[in-house]
Amino acid sequence: MQPDRHAPPSSLSRARTRAFRLNGRAHAALVADHVLLLDYLREGLGLTGTKRGCDGGECGACTVLIDGRPRLACLTRAGECAGHQVETIEGLADGGRMSPLQRAFHERLGTQCGYCTPGMIMAAEGLLRRNPDPDEAAIRAALAGNICRCTGYVKIIEAVQSAAGSAR
Amino acid sequence: MNRFDYARPATIAEAVALAAEPGATYLAGGTNLLDLMKGDLVRPARLVDVTHIPGLDAIEPLADGGVRIGALVRNADLAHDADFARRFPAIAEALLAGASAQLRNAATAGGNLLQRTRCAYFYDAASACNKRTPGAGCDARGGETRMQAVLGWSEHCIATHPSDFCVPLVAFDAIVEIEGPKGRRECPLEHFHRLPGDTPERESDLAPGEMITAVRLPGAAAQFAGHARYLKVRDRTSYAFAIVSAAAALRLDGETIVEARLALGSVAAKPWRAHAAEALLAGAQANEANFRRAAEAALAEARPAGANGYKIELARRVVRRAFILAHAGTPARIQALPASPFATGALRHV
Ligand SMILES: Cc1cc2nc3c(=O)[nH]c(=O)nc-3n(C[C@H](O)[C@H](O)[C@H](O)COP(=O)(O)OP(=O)(O)OC[C@H]3O[C@@H](n4cnc5c(N)ncnc54)[C@H](O)[C@@H]3O)c2cc1C
Ligand code: SF4
Ligand code: FES
Ligand code: FES
Repeated sequence: MQPDRHAPPSSLSRARTRAFRLNGRAHAALVADHVLLLDYLREGLGLTGTKRGCDGGECGACTVLIDGRPRLACLTRAGECAGHQVETIEGLADGGRMSPLQRAFHERLGTQCGYCTPGMIMAAEGLLRRNPDPDEAAIRAALAGNICRCTGYVKIIEAVQSAAGSAR
Repeated sequence: MNRFDYARPATIAEAVALAAEPGATYLAGGTNLLDLMKGDLVRPARLVDVTHIPGLDAIEPLADGGVRIGALVRNADLAHDADFARRFPAIAEALLAGASAQLRNAATAGGNLLQRTRCAYFYDAASACNKRTPGAGCDARGGETRMQAVLGWSEHCIATHPSDFCVPLVAFDAIVEIEGPKGRRECPLEHFHRLPGDTPERESDLAPGEMITAVRLPGAAAQFAGHARYLKVRDRTSYAFAIVSAAAALRLDGETIVEARLALGSVAAKPWRAHAAEALLAGAQANEANFRRAAEAALAEARPAGANGYKIELARRVVRRAFILAHAGTPARIQALPASPFATGALRHV
């Protein structure tokens, strides 16, 4: 790899201590400036529930919640999370019990190969927190950025409707 | 991704000073910049992260009925601001027609203006691209031209600016507020993006080190609220960049058009304001024949940049349809499929 032409060699991509909340727990770590949240979660922490699909914003497989809002971990620097709340699919189950959305995806066959599922569930989780009673159009809009090659989406939408319904 | 020096200024003055270094680049939501860095297509020596500067994330109503949108207002927050969406519905519709919920939660107003083209050759490091490497040539010429420009292109570059947000903004005379080493200034959005000419690497009016601090809409823009639409035609109905889009708005006195606004997206290296078409409609009756004439006028100077002549006829039809929709009236609620020609009903998606 070529050396950076302009870059002063000293201060590059410093590792800094970053404190944030991860799945409800206080978390502090040394993270270099260029490290992306997806790589940090999967490789740094072994939290491999968050998936790498396209690695460029196009598939939604890497969806996590930052301060409760769906974001793409592949286009977010880990350092940006300092001072914020990060939630991944690993944080949804409570003491081994599936969350209502997880259970709905399981029971309504909203998951097949499972690769898109963590991102789908996190995107849907973000929607249900903002809008606990979404109509079908709202569900489709919230999940428009999540691509699934297996289910044809119908079962996914039914799963989200079912989770919203059972919460009512 | 290259290694870079990372700076997080707390004030605009600090940011401008940090960005004065050669190789420095501003970082906002990162949805475009980090993607380009991952592909090694841009290699900034320093990132000046402006997201921690207080005060740049406000949506402020102005005395004249207009609004100032801070450069850091996230696309989702602007689209979902009820007062903003009520007064500038075509802009909210354009925002919701862009990208995905996850991306709109990250993307900022300033970053949206400065997003780079989606030309496939620009994104492919192995292709020759005058925008990436001035003088290297343009592999898009004679290549895959389906999505490329039909207005304002040059033999040096035929790429388009892909933003949805910018299209209604330029139709409504938005003004870009800028701060830089030489102080504060503003620039009408219409003159902010540059046509390629023989310097396609120069994409905007910004001088090195200058940053966007806000985008302002004049009060006159809100007078179109009852008849303002954005229409976006794309390969699939959601989560795709436009092939052609249009923002069309009317101010009516009965069936007479007092004033019309029209801009087109994804047809040129800038959001394309169509003044000639607007002039034709002023004082005319709001009917299909006149919308057709306006569409002809808007595309009068269009020429294919290869095998994309279809975009010219498509753009005429999009303009006509956008005016028909604007004439029918802004729906009370934004449709389930924002800006889609296939949208029916008025289901709101929050
Ligand atoms: C898969 C995908 C689909 C998309 N679909 C659409 C779509 O359909 N329609 C659409 O309009 N957009 C679409 N986008 C683009 C998206 O809207 C932009 O990436 C986003 O708006 C950029 O904003 P940002 O804050 O993330 O900018 P960044 O990535 O942080 O920055 C982008 C550029 O702007 C500069 N910059 C940012 N803020 C400032 C400032 N205040 N002053 C000076 N310079 C600044 C940066 O230096 C950089 O060059 C899509 C993106 C992706 C990844
Ligand atoms: S059209 Fe413009 S962006 Fe695309 S390859 Fe040619 S010079 Fe580069
Ligand atoms: S891996 Fe992040 S959007 Fe595909
Ligand atoms: S279940 Fe296989 S990709 Fe969605």
